[in-house]
Amino acid sequence: MSLQEELQGPPPAKLIVEHVSKWFRQKRHNVHALDDVSLEVAEGEFIVIVGPSGCGKSTLLDIIAGLEKPDKGQVMADNQPVLHPGRHRLVMFQESALFPWLNAFGNVMFGLKLKPGLRNSERREVAKFFLHLVGLEKFMQANVHELSGGMKQRVALARALAPNPRVLLMDEPFAALDAMTREQLYGDIQRIWEKRRKTIIFVTHNVREAACLADRVVIMSPTPGRIREVFKIALSRPRDFNSIEIAQHASKLTAALKEHGAIAAATSS
Amino acid sequence: MRRTLLAILFFVALVAIWAALVRAQIWSPILLPAPEQVGEYILHALKDGTLLSAASVTLRRLLLGYAIGLAIGLPLGLLTASSKFIEDTIGVLALGLQTLPSVCWVPLALLWFGQTESAMLFVVIMGTVWSVVIATDTGVRTIPPIYARAARTMGSNPLHKWVYVILPASLPFLVSGMKQGWAFAWRSLMAAEIYVTILTGFGLGHLLHYGRELNAMDQVIAIMLVIVFIGLLADKILFSPWERFLHRRWGTGRT
Repeated sequence: MSLQEELQGPPPAKLIVEHVSKWFRQKRHNVHALDDVSLEVAEGEFIVIVGPSGCGKSTLLDIIAGLEKPDKGQVMADNQPVLHPGRHRLVMFQESALFPWLNAFGNVMFGLKLKPGLRNSERREVAKFFLHLVGLEKFMQANVHELSGGMKQRVALARALAPNPRVLLMDEPFAALDAMTREQLYGDIQRIWEKRRKTIIFVTHNVREAACLADRVVIMSPTPGRIREVFKIALSRPRDFNSIEIAQHASKLTAALKEHGAIAAATSS
Repeated sequence: MRRTLLAILFFVALVAIWAALVRAQIWSPILLPAPEQVGEYILHALKDGTLLSAASVTLRRLLLGYAIGLAIGLPLGLLTASSKFIEDTIGVLALGLQTLPSVCWVPLALLWFGQTESAMLFVVIMGTVWSVVIATDTGVRTIPPIYARAARTMGSNPLHKWVYVILPASLPFLVSGMKQGWAFAWRSLMAAEIYVTILTGFGLGHLLHYGRELNAMDQVIAIMLVIVFIGLLADKILFSPWERFLHRRWGTGRT
């Protein structure tokens, strides 16, 4: 594969979650984390999963990533069942999970080095390209502890994008950031997604974030984790986090969450 | 520069207090020799070669024993951290044996190996291994699991994960474990050398021992100083570069 092809990347993946159920065995009782969850994701679609904590959204993400195995059902990525983690589906975690023993550049190189079929000089080019894309070309040699929270998540994004995964799985990646940094990253992630279409599954409990980023928002409720409703957000991009349309969609999502008992309604609490 | 100057001043002051105490003649000069006497002994022993040959005998035993101790301890520590069965067996054994002062191994070592280099080595290894095992084990256990998860999603297989994630992630603990192992190796070897005469090599511990037998306190104190000096030197050469690297990368400690 030439460097040019590498930088453009293969087409994004189609993803099918088929009747997935999952239990976690605990000392006292078993927790029913996911109950018969099915979801179809089109190529290059931006899906946001919203739900309160304990609704199994992170578990669902782990199952799609291949980090957890479902007890029932399966996940198909490009018509192949997902059996274990692989670099076609990269995960961006809530904490950056950057490796403190490597600098920013080394972190982005980590995944690239595990990708066969590239010369090392090409890997370095790719890593530089993605650090540039997230606006951190000046911080390539920086140690992880020297970066701010937002910069860390940008490096994590570059690290996840660099090996050219077909699916990007994001587990509340901006939850730990301050509001200003977060809004900036909403802009960045939309810009990058426009440029490099990926199938993205993004987990959050922030409805506004969901309305701002998603093509479709999936609403989940807890105990057991179920998909309750799917909303299409048909707004043009790039979207402004503070626009009225986003706020309107967000309040619809909030209403739906309340209706499904996903968050306690004012009267019942 | 200022820091170096202050440090030098501190040590000069220490020696001055020592000299003043000797002048005051509170204790007999046999019990507390003057600094210049000790210095004289060191110069003398350096000239006739006893000090250098003793130091090299001791250091050879130390380095060899330490290297073997690390070679056994590191992998064992990785194993105890990754398998419940090994944790419950070897792990418990290591925890128990770590509390055993390694001098306690001397009688057994003498019976098993006789008055040989092997006996010395055995005691040093026993002093080193267990603390290295425990430090490595702790290091691996304190790694946030998210590192391994992130690596797995990027296509890291178990072997790759151990070499490129678990080991570097536990480096801060490994280095402090290695440092502790080094300190234990020193203690064990000195104890062994003071207790046991070995015909194949005359180490610093033996010099110390004979100093006591000859009532030559200048020799005893001189050897003690040499041991302290070697310890400091080893710390600066073997461990300081690693620690500086760790502090820089992890952003820990003062810079």
